[in-house]
This record gives sequence, C-alpha cells and structure tokens, in this order.
Amino acid sequence: MTEPVLAVSGLRAYYRTAAFGIEREVRAVDDISLSIAANEIYGLAGESSSGKTTLIKTIANAIQPPLQVLAGSVVFNFHGQRVDIHGIAPSELAAIRWKHLSYVMQGSMNVLNPVRRVRHSFADFAFRHIGQPMPQFLDTVRNHLQRLHLASDVLDAFPHQLSGGMRQRVTIALATVCRPEFIIADEPTTALDVVVQKGVLAMIHEIQRELGSSILFVTHDMSVHANLADRLGIMYAGRLVEEGRTADVFRAPLHPYTAHLIASLPRLGDSAPKKGLEGAPPNLASPPPGCRFHPRCPRATEICRRETPPMAWLAEGHRAACFHPTSEPAT
Amino acid sequence: MSPPLLEVSDVVRTYASGGAFSRRRVTAVDGVSLRLDAERPEIFTIVGESGSGKTTLARMVLGMVTPSAGTIRFQGTDLATIRGKRARLAFMKQVQPIFQNPFEAFNPMKRVDRYLFATARRMAGLAGDKDITEAADRALKSVGLSLAEIRGRFPHELSGGQLQRVAIARALISRPALLVADEPVSMIDASLRASIVNLLRDLRDRLGVAIIYITHDLATAYYISDRILIMRRGSAVESGDARSVLDNPQHPYSQLLKSSVLSPDVPATAGARLRSEPETHEGVIPHA
Repeated sequence: MTEPVLAVSGLRAYYRTAAFGIEREVRAVDDISLSIAANEIYGLAGESSSGKTTLIKTIANAIQPPLQVLAGSVVFNFHGQRVDIHGIAPSELAAIRWKHLSYVMQGSMNVLNPVRRVRHSFADFAFRHIGQPMPQFLDTVRNHLQRLHLASDVLDAFPHQLSGGMRQRVTIALATVCRPEFIIADEPTTALDVVVQKGVLAMIHEIQRELGSSILFVTHDMSVHANLADRLGIMYAGRLVEEGRTADVFRAPLHPYTAHLIASLPRLGDSAPKKGLEGAPPNLASPPPGCRFHPRCPRATEICRRETPPMAWLAEGHRAACFHPTSEPAT
Repeated sequence: MSPPLLEVSDVVRTYASGGAFSRRRVTAVDGVSLRLDAERPEIFTIVGESGSGKTTLARMVLGMVTPSAGTIRFQGTDLATIRGKRARLAFMKQVQPIFQNPFEAFNPMKRVDRYLFATARRMAGLAGDKDITEAADRALKSVGLSLAEIRGRFPHELSGGQLQRVAIARALISRPALLVADEPVSMIDASLRASIVNLLRDLRDRLGVAIIYITHDLATAYYISDRILIMRRGSAVESGDARSVLDNPQHPYSQLLKSSVLSPDVPATAGARLRSEPETHEGVIPHA
C-alpha cells in the first residue's frame, strides 16, 4: 500500500487562556489519529463545538493563540516529499499552501475580495504558484474554469454580481487551479440551497476524480457524506469516535452516537416518529470523565463513566471508540 | 361559522433598490394566497430556495412588513387596520415569531430568563413576581425545560437546542394561536434537530397552536407538516396536502426540488447520485 497523503497521529490541540489568574483549558482536539490516502474523499462529521474546525486549523497549521498544539504530529506526503506541517519555516509553509494544500471555505464572500474583480482574486492566490507570465496565467485560469463548466466572463465580474452557488463554484475553481494534492473543504455547501448544493457537490466530485487529489470534507450534514465521501470519520466532543468506509458506517454504525445520528435522519417519504437525543454536547472546558458521550448514551455502564474507551479496530477498515458497540461489525 | 385563523389573499410586496436615477423594483412576494382554519390547528409549511420570498411572506404575516397589495386577515381582522399600541399588542399576543438563529435572537449580554419575564409582563399582562415566574416556568415545562435550569443563565451557557427551546417557550407565554417559525432548525445541531421538530409537532397536538413552518429542508417538511406551499421567485408554484405534494409533485420546480434532496442512503458507487443534475438558473446577474 502506498503511503497516505496525510498522517495525523496522537494530535492534541487545546485552547489555553489565563486571565485574571483563572486558567482555562478547552480540549478541542484530543488524541486524534487518522490518515487519508491519495485520491480519497474523507468525510468528517460532527456537530458544532465538536472540534472539527480546530482539527482543520491544526492540520493546515493556521494556529493562533490561544490555540496550542500540545502533542502529536501532522505529516503530509506530497509526491514523496515528506512535510511535517508544524516543523517547517513560515516561508516553506507559504510555498506549500495553495500549491499543495488548499482550502474551500464556507463563506465564499469572505474569500473573494468584494471590491475587486474575480480575476484579481485568482492572481492574488495562484499567480506566484503557477509561475507563468500574466497572459498565459489567465489562459490557464480560463481553461480551468471551462473544465468546471464556468463561463470565463466570471473573471470580469465582481463577487456580488454572482449568485451564491456561482460564487462557491468560483472558490472551488480557485482552490483547484494549482492542482493541489490535498484540499480541505470546510462546509462548502452548508450555506447553499438544495438545488444548488447538488450541483456544487457534483462539481467537487468531478474535479477530485480528475485531479486525483485527496479531500478532507467537513460538514455536519450526513446526507452529503452519504453521497460524496469514500471514508467517514465521526467526531464527538473533540474526539474521533468512529471511522470507516462510508457504506459500512451507514449500514452498521458501531458507536451509539453515530447510530443515533443516522437513525434520526429525516427522509423524504418517511414520517415515522424519530427520537431526539436528550441532553446537550458537553462543554469542552470541563468534559465529563471517561467516555465523553456517556451522559447522553443509552448504553452507558459503570466503565464508561470511569475510563476513556480506546479506539479499536472492530472490523476491516472500521474502528470505533466504545466499550459497548451497537452492532456486530460485518466481517 | 367563525372566520379563518389566517387568510392571506393575493399579497404582493415589492422593494425598490438603487438611487434616485436608477430605480429598480424587486418583487419579493407576488400574489400569494393561503388560509389556515381556526377549527383545526395545523403545521403549514412554506418551502423555497433563498430569495423565493418565504421570509418576506412570514414577516408580512407577523405584521412586521406591510404588503404592497392584497390583504392579510387574522381572525377576521385586516392587519392594515391595526392602529395604536393596544390593538397591536393584542395582535402580537396571538401571533408569535421563532427565529432562525437563537444565538442572534437573544442579546448575549442579557440573561435569557429576563426575556421570559419581560414577555410575561408585557404580552400576558401579568404583574407580581409569583405569577410571572409561574408563567415562565409553565412555558418552559411545555418545551421540556424548567425555570430552575435556565434561571440566571446567559445565552452562551446554553446549547443551540436549549436556546431554541427557550425561544419557543418565550413565544408560548402569551398563549398564541399562531407561531411563525422561520427556519427554526437550520442552525441547530443534527443530534438536537429531531427533538425541536418533534416539539413543534407536540405543540400542535397538545396546545392546539397552528404553526407556519418555513424551511428549505424537504425532509423535515415531509416529517411534520400537514399542508405545504412551494414558492419560487415570489410566487406559489404548488400547494396542498404535504404528503401528496411531496410524494407526487406536479410542477417542474417541485420535481427539481425533490430530486435535489440528497438521500441519506449510501449509493452503490460514491457520487453516483450527484451526476446528471439538470442545469439550474445559475448565472451572472445582469446589470440593470
């Protein structure tokens, strides 16, 4: 098997503040290990304040106080070139970003400069990485837009002249124009309507298959994961609780949280009563001892209150952190 | 026969944009009619993409925006004839809003119980601490919380789901006949969403409150609504019994909307369902 494009091991990233003599520690990312292979879409699911965004920030080394990385490593492998993202100089990081590692963000309006034409945004982000003179560079960009079924006249438009879905397509074009090996997509379709969302997802899927990039796709929408992700990781309260191939996770979820999440999905054509999950996600400044899901878990026993369940492989390519997994893994 | 709870007939709302020399008129809502019966409380869902005018319609029902044309009657009274503080308050008692983002609806610097007490005092006309706390507690109990849990708490100390419950409790204090819920679950976490949707259903059955539920999520619409109205660019394209409209949509736009809903079942090959989507009305907005 080839080496993964991204290997995260034992990552811990906490927000630490000390104000007025009160020290606070928010354990947003706690002991996460995962790896993402080449040409793979890895879906990351979890509710708000489960640490998804902190994990992305840590992976992209966009770390600002009070966020601190306490342990663990994030290692990329760009065509045999190993890069420990936390151990390199800022200038090297700037050279890697966008060329090898790019992002698609949720708010497309925040990515594109509102007072300049889209063409300038492309020049700002990608010109230095492509290394062609400006006229050729613009041709490259036009070809790329064409591949994504975007008319090249969007280059001369201002962001506010484009619709929300169009803008999001432009930011995807922007993130893929340098043909990066790794793309982080943070809720790229959450702000869009269902009709537009489907088109944007199709576009992400198409460009990913064409470039062979790996995508870390973050969203809380399980329906999106079902349709797009090759593998799926579920986060709860700063920890990865389950990981496996998307079909396996949906068919036979192991962690009670995942099982609930999938069972409570509303479906068209189904009006059978769904049960909500009682309680609220824990406060990460003082998480409950043991398994962080135990206060809400219907299967919790004494051991769950005392000890943290380790991540264990329960089937081929399917692991979960639970003492009482819900279903027998399909082998 | 008593007048219908709500009767919206052919309402139009236009907005003007641009400067003095280049006026442009945008029609947000274009001739929409709907009717809710007083005898049978129901969940009436308005579905549409952003910019379809569903929020403008809700704001007109709430009396926050006046229609450019057409009338809205609530329990037989034309909203345009409501004048003066007292009449306005009497209307607000009966029709209460629930907003999309509970973190924006509450002032982060104010304790959430103050909203409940203020509503009890002004809307329900209660005086005396005992009555007010009792009313607040009763409303909170009907949404599965209690005053003891939220007393003295600030919005950031509650989860999105809890805060949305508080917002619903606040709306219930004055014992309204109609709740207007504008995307009440779109900002709520997935694990808490089901419980809020169940709560709305429960309020209809237990307290007999009619609910106008505005959403773009067809799956929850199917789950809770009795009747549905699908809007596109300000006009109603299809309406009727929710199950039959969603099971068998007639209008091409309703069909497009239904086919765009991603099913939470994993397809045989990843991304299989995403392909061959019809091209939508995307494009550069032309200069006026």
